Amino acid sequence: MEVSNEYAVQMHGITKTFGTFCALNQVDLDVKRGTIHSLLGENGAGKSTLMNVLYGLYQADEGEIYLNGEKVDITNPNVAIEHGIGMVHQHFMLVDNFTVTQNIILGNETTSHMGVLDMKKARENVKKLVEKYGLEVDPDAKIEDISVGMQQRVEILKALYRGADLLILDEPTAVLTPQEIEDLIGIMHNLIADGKTIIIITHKLKEIKESSDTCTIIRRGQYVDTVKVADVDEEELASKMVGRQVQLVVEKTPAKPGETIFEVDHLNVKDDRGLPAVNDLSLKVHAGEIVGIAGIDGNGQEELIEAITNLSKTESGTIKIRGTEIQNTSPRNVVNHKIATIHEDRQKRGLVLDFTVAENTVLEKYRTAPYSKGGMLNRAEIGKFANQLIKDYDVRPEDCANHPARGLSGGNQQKIIIGREVANEPDLLIAMQPTRGLDVGAIEYVHKTLIRERDQGCAILLISLELDEVMSVADTIDVIYKGQIVDSFKQGEVDEKTIGLLMAGGKQNGKDS
Amino acid sequence: MEKTAKILKKPITSTIIAIVCGFAVAAIVLAVAGYNPGSAFGALFSGIFSRPKYISNVIIKATPITLTALSVAFAYKVGLFNIGAEGQYIVGAVAANIVGYLCNFPPVIEIPLVILAGMVAGALWGGIVGLLKAKFGIHEVLTSIMLNWIAFYFSNLVVNSAAFHQPNSTAAYPVNASSYTMLLPNWKTSDAGMAAMSGTKWLREVMLKTDVNFGFLIAIAAAVFIWMLLYRSRKGYELRAVGLNHDAAEFAGIPVNKNIVITMLIAGALAGLAAALAITGTNPHRISTLSAFENNGFNGLSVAFIAGSSPIGCIFAGLLFGGLLYGGQSIQANIGAPSEIINIMIGTIVFFVALTAVVPKLAVRLEKRGMRNAK
Repeated sequence: MEVSNEYAVQMHGITKTFGTFCALNQVDLDVKRGTIHSLLGENGAGKSTLMNVLYGLYQADEGEIYLNGEKVDITNPNVAIEHGIGMVHQHFMLVDNFTVTQNIILGNETTSHMGVLDMKKARENVKKLVEKYGLEVDPDAKIEDISVGMQQRVEILKALYRGADLLILDEPTAVLTPQEIEDLIGIMHNLIADGKTIIIITHKLKEIKESSDTCTIIRRGQYVDTVKVADVDEEELASKMVGRQVQLVVEKTPAKPGETIFEVDHLNVKDDRGLPAVNDLSLKVHAGEIVGIAGIDGNGQEELIEAITNLSKTESGTIKIRGTEIQNTSPRNVVNHKIATIHEDRQKRGLVLDFTVAENTVLEKYRTAPYSKGGMLNRAEIGKFANQLIKDYDVRPEDCANHPARGLSGGNQQKIIIGREVANEPDLLIAMQPTRGLDVGAIEYVHKTLIRERDQGCAILLISLELDEVMSVADTIDVIYKGQIVDSFKQGEVDEKTIGLLMAGGKQNGKDS
Repeated sequence: MEKTAKILKKPITSTIIAIVCGFAVAAIVLAVAGYNPGSAFGALFSGIFSRPKYISNVIIKATPITLTALSVAFAYKVGLFNIGAEGQYIVGAVAANIVGYLCNFPPVIEIPLVILAGMVAGALWGGIVGLLKAKFGIHEVLTSIMLNWIAFYFSNLVVNSAAFHQPNSTAAYPVNASSYTMLLPNWKTSDAGMAAMSGTKWLREVMLKTDVNFGFLIAIAAAVFIWMLLYRSRKGYELRAVGLNHDAAEFAGIPVNKNIVITMLIAGALAGLAAALAITGTNPHRISTLSAFENNGFNGLSVAFIAGSSPIGCIFAGLLFGGLLYGGQSIQANIGAPSEIINIMIGTIVFFVALTAVVPKLAVRLEKRGMRNAK
């Protein structure tokens, strides 16, 4: 494409390699001034790398960057900031015990004579920005006291304060509630109206449809296409991203719930700081049913899982699997009672990354025949089992059995964990954030597997921060707020908005929750 | 180019490069100090290889440090830093000495008994560390260092106690001859033995002039045992899982704390075994008053490090270390250079082993350049 000053950013023929790995190969990106441009791609497609090149964190091996039609050489982030580029990273970079204003001016302090901090003036400047873009946030609140959504606003303010005309948002919605996402999209439109330009990195198709004007898709470091968002539907975007037809809607038959397999009754659990995290929580999961727990991060989901899996002690209440109480025993007892868990943190809890893939496939059943005998491992049997799992779950590369699990991509690591847990033939399968960080293709696969297990009579407890996931996969939707199940719905009986409100602590139609 | 890169990626290559660098630095130091590096290294190698008895002595020197290295390497594989091998060695030596002195059974009973005493004492010493870590989360390095000093003074207490102190010496009473683990200790000095060996000069030299003993064979067996334990047994699977990712191990139902204690028991037993074999296999078959640590355990740390914590690697690294320690004496004897030069060399090798993380990175770079050239 021709270089022109209509474009805020033009990146032409960008190539970047890490060692022998080619992260970006001749990628083009042209972003018109005053638009919202989304950058779509699977995990590891090179989206973040491309933006890090633009922000000066990486240097491209080849290719040119033009800002407003001028060729620039962005050697480090300071140069990028000078050129009016601001980046909001996925993980916020804020000082927790500083106030909002202090964080915003950090590194760019307003001083009166002799270098004395002029907080009053700084505060005024921040307030002006807040009002101008509807980025409502209390300038005097401490970061540790405000919500994640507010913290994100602080990050955006930080960039604007430094005079950013081009904002790069890296996966901005990953941590937000549905309402917060709506607010964010509103703010983005306010910024555009003022002549700013926004690049948003994401793999959530719905948000692209709702927010963006144009979308550039990259796949495995290759440029695929740039489309007008209004001209395409979500299916088309997904196919371009993955490179094949993808089913976005989870297909399943109605659940046929059987007997109660798993029951949590009036459970109380305290968190690390000794504060109540799970608060008189009760829930039931039947055979052949997926119960989904929807909620914002930090409402007791983690503590609930830790209590069920016996990583932590409970204060009171019972956890029963097929009528047997298992609370306050040991993780091994949980495994022995046929509870399998897909933990959200696969690298910490799910896998021993430096073990081979084969060794990882028997993490729970290495003690049983035929995988070990007389105190010695039977490596041939373990290898056989691993290769079957690799084949069944289409883990790639196929010859990975004797390689460290560390070398696999996130999606393939997750397949190993799911395959292993399902192979334990559980009565209850707990899936916590099973698709976290996975791309569309892998998500589709995980959901299919969960539904297949359900159809075979397994009871499934799905805990997810992605409301969409709970809404589309679960048969029963429980909403968790402040450690309590505040309401429960059958799938299809409730809309996203109602659940979103409940998740945020609101009440449904005046009903006491 | 590709081939070079492949070779560079192997861990053994890094180690060899580190050793070469160690020698190079030692050569520079020698030259600066006014000695001819060539003749110094010549003295070193002839001090190791030129006579059968030297080789025998190198192996004898290598035995305890191979075993303490094994102790350190094993614990490291389970994610624990056993800096306490020194203390475990000392209590092992004390226990072996006491039991070997007080008991006097026929060798078939006496030898296992003495060795077991050393191992149990070492295991106990290591076990305390493991228990404190498992129960209260106290870092093993802290407790180990404290226990090293406790062992040190405890050993001196025993040496100087009325029951064990040999008058007019700085040592305890030696163990009874029935616990000796040298090769045929009685036969070799008997008339029949002398007559049988008279034809073979090297055999006489090795048998009579050195404490040639079974220790190194046991060290090799221990290394193979530890390798089997780690990589072929069910327990080893658990231990490695705990070492590599205790969170995942815990989540999968593997008892983490229990395995920490077990690891430290085994690591301690290995260090205790090293000590017991030193008491039974080499002169003076007893413990003496310590004025400073003898470094049997600390050297084990270096050896384990050079071996990259590989159990089998410990055998070779132990021999290398034993060779440098023993052969280094001849540098001083033959050309008058201070024996500290050997310590500098050892230090440099360990230092370069630590630096060799660079080598695989260089390999990647080389690969990349190769690819570019190919274009």
